[in-house]
Amino acid sequence: MHVPDGFINAPVSIAAGAIAVAGIGLCLRGARRELDDRTAPLAGLVAAFVFAGQMLNFPVAAGTSGHLLGGALAAVLVGPATGSLCVAVVLFVQVFFADGGMTALGINVTVMALVGVWTAHLVVRALLAVLPRGRTTVVAASAAGALASVLAAAMAFTAFFALGGVADVPIGAVAAAMGSVHALIGVGEALITAATVMSVISVRPDLVHAYRGGDPERLEIHVAPTTA
Amino acid sequence: MNRQRVFLVTGLLITLVLAGFVSTFASSSPDGLEKVAEDQGFAGTARKHPLAGSPVEGYAVAGVDDEHLSGALAGVIGVGATLALGGGLFLVLRRRP
Repeated sequence: MHVPDGFINAPVSIAAGAIAVAGIGLCLRGARRELDDRTAPLAGLVAAFVFAGQMLNFPVAAGTSGHLLGGALAAVLVGPATGSLCVAVVLFVQVFFADGGMTALGINVTVMALVGVWTAHLVVRALLAVLPRGRTTVVAASAAGALASVLAAAMAFTAFFALGGVADVPIGAVAAAMGSVHALIGVGEALITAATVMSVISVRPDLVHAYRGGDPERLEIHVAPTTA
Repeated sequence: MNRQRVFLVTGLLITLVLAGFVSTFASSSPDGLEKVAEDQGFAGTARKHPLAGSPVEGYAVAGVDDEHLSGALAGVIGVGATLALGGGLFLVLRRRP
């Protein structure tokens, strides 16, 4: 979903840049609460994993592919503030690969690192609040968060396109096309996210932020195997 | 090696295999946004990337002729750069006892 330069006009790109800077600034503060000696190396690994995952385009429909965005995965594993930073670091590195525009970096960070990650976080947190505690619940909530994050990111792009799209295209058609193709990509995102969270939670449940309930002080509580 | 280190090293190896090997089998079809841009007729508004011509443009390392090797190297370089930048940032940000 990497937006190239030119799709969105300068004023809206600059406004998105300001949103991205403000949002990442807040995440830099929030991440201090999520990161300690044990979770900081994991967060670096999550960023690297998201970079790798974003290279793996899978086919979704005739002549169309999608790839992991990684926002839900990062939010669940290392927390939403750190998760946003993970995805933002990936998007920054990708600019050097000419993937995602340079003036569009603010749009890409806002769409994928902020909207994508925080949508996933809110969905996961809401589901964990009402569903019975356990590993299966965290995996299922991660899948739902992943699907929601991709759809929200697609709609965030559509909103920027409505505000500052250079091409004169009916916005309803863009919204419908973005929504339908990203519903399919979101299913792929949900499957990859669930499989990865399930793998991590089976060996190191203590490292899964959402399973700990987001409280770093409870890091030790769930080290012993618990039934899901 | 302690449990933490085993987990991190295993995770990094999996990540490197994904970026350096599995990625060479990835679909080369346009992604969701690219496809929508083509279908809705705004793909042409994309401007040339200012870093087009970068040594790793398009996940291919310049000067490496073998397509798979070039993509694999680009993936490994990207993982390394992301790990260094992200890991460094998170180590600086972390709470210290």
